Amino acid sequence: MAAHSTAAFTADDFKGPGDTPVFHDAQGKHHPEGGTMLGFWLYLMSDCLIFAALFAVYAVLGRNYAAGPSPKDLFDLKLVALNTSMLLFSSITYGFAMLEMEKEKQGRMLLWLGVTGLFGLCFIGLELYEFHHLIHEGATPQRSAFLSAFFTLVGTHGLHVSLGIVWLVILMIQVQMRGLGDENKRRLMCLSMFWHFLDVVWIGVFTFVYLMGVL
Amino acid sequence: MTVRILRPLLLLPVFGLLSGCNMVLMQPSGDIAMRQRDLILASTGLMLLIIIPVIAATLFFAWRYRASNKAATYDPDWHHSTHLEVLIWSAPLVIVIALGALTWISTHTLDPYRPLSRLDASRPLPKDVKPLVVEVVALDWKWLFFYPDQGIATVNEIAAPVDVPITFKITAATVMNSFFIPALAGQIYAMPGMETKLHAVINKPGTFEGMSANYSGSGFSRMNFRFVGLDQAGFDAWVAKAKAADKPLSRDAYLELERPSEREPVTFYSSVDPGLYGRVLNMCAVPGKMCMHEMMAIDAKGGAGKDSHANRARLEYDNRYAERGDEGNAATVGGSGRSSHSPEQPQGMKPKSTAPEVKPHSGSDHSGHDHSGHATGAGDAAPAGDGTKSDGPGGTDPVAPGQLNK
Amino acid sequence: MFSNPDLQKLLFGRLTLDAVPLHEPILLVTFAMVGLGGLVVLGGLTYFRLWGPLWRDWFTSVDHKKIGIMYIVLALVMLLRGFADALMMRAQQAMAFGANEGYLPPHHYDQIFTAHGVIMIFFVAMPLVTGLMNYVVPLQIGARDVAFPFLNNFSFWMTVSGALTVMASLFVGEFARTGWLAYPPLSGPAMSPGVGVDYYIWALQIAGIGTLLSGINLIATIVKMRAPGMSMMRMPIFTWTSLCTNILIVAAFPVLTAVLSMLSLDRYVGTHFFSNDLGGNPMMYVNLVWIWGHPEVYILILPAFGVFSEIVATFSRKRLFGYASMVYATVVITILSYLVWLHHFFTMGSGASVNSFFGITTMIISIPTGAKIFNWLFTMYRGRIDFDVPMLWTVGFMVTFTVGGMTGVLLAVPPADFVLHNSLFLVAHFHNVIIGGVLFGMLAGITYWFPKAFGYKLDPFWGKTSFWFWLTGFWFAFMPLYILGLMGVTRRVQHFDDPSLQIWFVIAAFGAFLILLGIASFIVTLVVSFLRREELRDLTGDPWNGRTLEWATSSPPPDYNFAFTPVVHDHDAWWDMKKRGYVRPVSGFNKIHMPRSTAAGIILGMLSIVFSFAMIWYIWWLAALSFVALAVVTIGHTFNYARDFYIPVDEVVRTENARTALLAERV
Repeated sequence: MAAHSTAAFTADDFKGPGDTPVFHDAQGKHHPEGGTMLGFWLYLMSDCLIFAALFAVYAVLGRNYAAGPSPKDLFDLKLVALNTSMLLFSSITYGFAMLEMEKEKQGRMLLWLGVTGLFGLCFIGLELYEFHHLIHEGATPQRSAFLSAFFTLVGTHGLHVSLGIVWLVILMIQVQMRGLGDENKRRLMCLSMFWHFLDVVWIGVFTFVYLMGVL
Repeated sequence: MTVRILRPLLLLPVFGLLSGCNMVLMQPSGDIAMRQRDLILASTGLMLLIIIPVIAATLFFAWRYRASNKAATYDPDWHHSTHLEVLIWSAPLVIVIALGALTWISTHTLDPYRPLSRLDASRPLPKDVKPLVVEVVALDWKWLFFYPDQGIATVNEIAAPVDVPITFKITAATVMNSFFIPALAGQIYAMPGMETKLHAVINKPGTFEGMSANYSGSGFSRMNFRFVGLDQAGFDAWVAKAKAADKPLSRDAYLELERPSEREPVTFYSSVDPGLYGRVLNMCAVPGKMCMHEMMAIDAKGGAGKDSHANRARLEYDNRYAERGDEGNAATVGGSGRSSHSPEQPQGMKPKSTAPEVKPHSGSDHSGHDHSGHATGAGDAAPAGDGTKSDGPGGTDPVAPGQLNK
Repeated sequence: MFSNPDLQKLLFGRLTLDAVPLHEPILLVTFAMVGLGGLVVLGGLTYFRLWGPLWRDWFTSVDHKKIGIMYIVLALVMLLRGFADALMMRAQQAMAFGANEGYLPPHHYDQIFTAHGVIMIFFVAMPLVTGLMNYVVPLQIGARDVAFPFLNNFSFWMTVSGALTVMASLFVGEFARTGWLAYPPLSGPAMSPGVGVDYYIWALQIAGIGTLLSGINLIATIVKMRAPGMSMMRMPIFTWTSLCTNILIVAAFPVLTAVLSMLSLDRYVGTHFFSNDLGGNPMMYVNLVWIWGHPEVYILILPAFGVFSEIVATFSRKRLFGYASMVYATVVITILSYLVWLHHFFTMGSGASVNSFFGITTMIISIPTGAKIFNWLFTMYRGRIDFDVPMLWTVGFMVTFTVGGMTGVLLAVPPADFVLHNSLFLVAHFHNVIIGGVLFGMLAGITYWFPKAFGYKLDPFWGKTSFWFWLTGFWFAFMPLYILGLMGVTRRVQHFDDPSLQIWFVIAAFGAFLILLGIASFIVTLVVSFLRREELRDLTGDPWNGRTLEWATSSPPPDYNFAFTPVVHDHDAWWDMKKRGYVRPVSGFNKIHMPRSTAAGIILGMLSIVFSFAMIWYIWWLAALSFVALAVVTIGHTFNYARDFYIPVDEVVRTENARTALLAERV
C-alpha cells in the first residue's frame, strides 16, 4: 500500500520509557514495505515454471518427428539469429530507458521505450514469418508431437512478448498522462523485469530448441 | 527374507477380523499376491507399533488433562524438551528406516518385470520350466488374450496351468486400463502403443475374477474376465477346446471385435493371424497404417524430411473411432450424438434387460467346468478373413515401443 | 431452432436445445429447486433492499476479511453440491447388484464421480483453505490488509467463475466423464468428444489463475507486512503453514496451467501432446498432472495442521510444544512434497529402483508429519484442556488422521500398491486424510474463528452434534471401503455382480447418511447461533482466551483491523501482551490509509464465465467479444490510480470509543 518502502522496524524501536515494553506503534512509524516487486518477482517465477513445463515437454517430445520433418529440415539459423539479436537489442534499449528514468528524463525515456517496442515488434514479425513459412511447408503443429511442442513453446514466448508490447504502449500512454510518479516508476520496473525475463527465456529457447536441434 | 522375519509381528486379532469376509487380497491363490499380502501385513504391523501408542496417548492425554481434572499437573510454560524432541523425530525415523529397507527389497523382488524365482514359499523354480506366455490386449470393454505358443486367442477368459510361471505382455487398444487379477498378482497398466509386463504364477486350481482396475469409459464397470487355474491335463483340454472352436482371429475379425462393446461372452479363436498382437501393440492393425516401431526407427534416423506428408495419414490412429462412426469412450453432449443426460445408453452398451451376467464362480474345484455355453458367442463378429494382407512387418517379433523396463 | 443450420452454428456453436436435460427428472427437480431458491434469495435481497449493501460492502470489497468470508460461503455452498454427488454414488453402489442396474446409467454415474472429485478439491477444500488464510493471516501478523487487496478480490471472483462454470454443466450440457484428473487419451478429442472435458478444463483453468494469484498475494503479505518485532520464528504456526502452502501454490499451479493448456491445444487445435499417435505421450500428462497434484494435497493439509496447532495450544491453555520443530516439520513437508508424485502411478511400470525411490521419499514425509502429531500430543500433556467444539475436532482429527496416515504409508510400498491401487482401499485412504484432516481442520477453524468474524460464538450443542455425526459418519462410510478394497473391489464401478459385497456398500451408504446429518447439524448450528447471537455474543474480542494477535482486536474487527499496529516481543504475541499487563490505548488515534473498493474484480470474473462458456460451446464470436471485453476492462483498470483513501481520524475515534464503552460495560 505504502508507495515508499521504508526500513522495517524491530521491536527495539518501540521501547517505552525505562524498560517497559511498548505493545503498539502509537506514532504510526511502521509502514510495511511495498510488496509489489516481490509479488511481481513471484509471478515471474510462476511463469518461469510454465516455461519449465513446456521445456520439459519439448525435451520429451522433441525427437518424436512422426516420420516427418526434423529441426535440421526446418530451422533457418540465420533467421533465428537475427530474431535473437532483435530481442537482445530490445533488452539493451529497455535498460537505456530505465537509466533515463533514474535521471527523471521523461522524453528520452519514452524515446528509448519506443525503440524497445519497435525491436519487440520486429521480433514478433520475424517469428510470425517463420511460423507462416513452416506451416506453408506442411510443418504444422498437428504434424507431429515435436512440432506441437515446438510451436507451443516458441508461441508461448511470442505471446508473452506481444503482451509485453501492449503493456509497453499502455505504460507509455500512462507516463505521458501522469508523468514519472512513484506508481508509474514501479510499473516500469515491473515491465523491465518482465522484459528481461523474456530475454532469458529466449536464450533458453534459442540454445535448447534451435541450436541443439540443428547442430 | 525380511518378510519372514517380520511375520511374528502380524497382529492376530486384525488377521482374524479380516478373514471374516471373503478378502481375496488376504487369501490369494498365487505366490506373488501371497507375498504382496505378507508385505501388507508386515508393513501394517510395523506401523501399528507407533500408531497404536499415538492413538492411545491421544485419548489418554485428552482424558487425563481435561480441564475439570484439577488433580492433573498443569504446566502452562512447558514447551520444550530436547529429549522428547529427539524421541519424536527418531521414533518415526526408525520405523521408516525399517519400512524403507523392506520397501527397497520387496520392490525389487516383486518387480512385475522380473521373472519368477520360485513357485511358492517352499518350492524353487524347476530348472527347465518354460513359462506360459500370454499377450493381453485391453479393448473397449473386453479383454483379448493371445496364446502365441498355442496359437489360440480368447476373449474374456484366460486359463493357466497350476504352478507354471506365466509371462503376461500387456497393451491396450485405445485408452489406459489396468490388468488386475487380485487372486494372482498385483495390477499393471495396459496402455496403447506400449507394452508392460507381469510375471506371476497360480498355485491353486480354481476360477478367479479379473478386471480392469483403471476407469476407461462407458463399459468399464462390466469389463471383467475370468481367470482359470487348471491342472496340466485340464489346460491341454482347454487349449484343445479352443482349437476346436474353428473360428480364426483374422485382422478383420479383430477390427470388428475392437469396436466398443460390453459384457462380451467368452469367445475362443482357434487360430490367430500371424503377428496380430504385434500390430495391435504397434497401432497398425488397420491395413495401410505405419507401425509405431517403423516410425520410431525413422525418427531415430532423424525423421523423413519435409516431403513426408503422406506419413501423417498413415500414422493417424486416434481418429479411427470417429471414421468408423463409433462413439468415443467418454463422449458427452456435443460429441455423443445423444442429448444431455439422455437415458439412452452409449454405443456398445447393452440394453439393461438383455445384459448377460458374467459372474465369476467361486470355489476351488474346477476340473469339470463347462465352457460349451460360451464358445459360440460374439454374434456380431465378422466372418473370418483370410489374413494374408501384409504391408508391415507381419510375423516379426514385435518391438515394444516405449517399453519402460527391461 | 433455426431453419438454416449454418446460421445456427455461427450464432450458437454446438449449443442446441438438446443440451438442456429437460427429460431428466433428477436434474429438473434440482433445477427447479435451484431456480426457486434463487428466486427466493433474489426476491429477499430486493425486498430488504440489500442489493446496494451487498454490492458495496461485499462484492466489490477489497477487505481481506470480507473476501475470506465470501470464500468460505462459496465453499459451503459447493460442499452441498459435491456431497449430493457423494450421496448419489453411495446410493447407486448400494443398490446396483446383479440384475438391478441401479438408477444411474454409466454415462451419468461417470459424470458424477468426476464432478464430485473436481468440486470437492477445487471448489470446497481450496476455497475453505484460501478463505481461512485470507481472513486470519493478516490479523495474525498485525497487518491491515493483504499486500495486493484488489488482486485478492479478483482472485476470489476467478474462483467463483470456475465454480459457476462447473455448475453450468449441470443444466446446460454435461460434465466430463473422465475421472477428476482427466487422463488422456480418455480425455482427448477422440475419446471424449463433446463439452464435458471442455467444461472441466475451463473451470480449472480460471479457478487456477485465481488460486495462483492469491498464493502470490499471501506470500508477499506474510513476507512484507508483519508487525514490527514479528520475526519469522515468532510467526504463529498457522501463518507459517499458510506461507508454506502459498509457496506450494506458486510452485505447483503453473504446472497445472501448462498441462491443461496442452490438453486444450490437443482438443481445440489438434496438436499431439498426449495423443496415442504421431508421437504424443499420454504418460507425460500423468506425470505432469501429479507434479501439480501431489503438492496440492499438502496445499490442503498444511493449513489444517496450522489450525490444529493454534487450537490445541489455545484450548490446552499452554504454549505449543516444540514450536521450532513444528516449523521445520512444515518446511520439510513443503520440500518433500515435490519428490513423491510418482507414487500415484507405481503401476505404470517405471522399474523397481524408480518405484522404490518414490516410495521411500513418500514414507519420509511421515517423519515430519509424525513429529507434528507428537507435538500436539505433548501440547496436551500437562495442559488444562477445554473440550469446546474446536478441540473436539482436533482430537477427532488426531485419531482419524493417524489411521489415514498409516494406510497412506502402506500405499507407498510399491508391491502393496500393486494390489491396492485404484481400489476402494485407496478411495478410503484419501477420504481418510482429506475428511479427517482437511475438512475436520477447516470446520475446526471455522468454529474457532467464527466469533472473531461475526462477534458471537457458534452454538456449542449443535456444534457438538455436528462433530459426532461427522466423526461416526466418516467411520461408517469409509471403513467398509477399506474392507472392500481388500476384497479386490476397484473404484469408479457403477455396477457389481457379486451380491456378497452389498452389505458393505449399504453400511457405507448409512455412513454417508450420518455425514448428511452432520452437514445438516452444521447448518442448524449457523441458524441457531444467529438466532441466539445475543446470548453467544463476544464483547471482548478474545472469547477463547487466545494467544495470537487476531484476538487483540474487537470481534468483528474494524475495517482497519488494528487502530495501532501491534508491536511483537515474543511468540504468542497476544498472550505475551496479556501476561505483561498490556493496556489498550484509548486515545491518540491517527487517520488510517486503506485500499479502495473496486468492481473490476467481479466484472472480470463474470466476463471470464462468458468467455469460457463461449469457448466450451464453440461460439467463436462471443468468445472473441468477451476476450476483447476482458482486455478492455483490464487495461481500463490500470488507468485507475485512485486506489486508496484515508479513514478519517474522527471515524477511527468513533469506532474505538464504541469498543471502549463496550469493554467498560462488561466490567
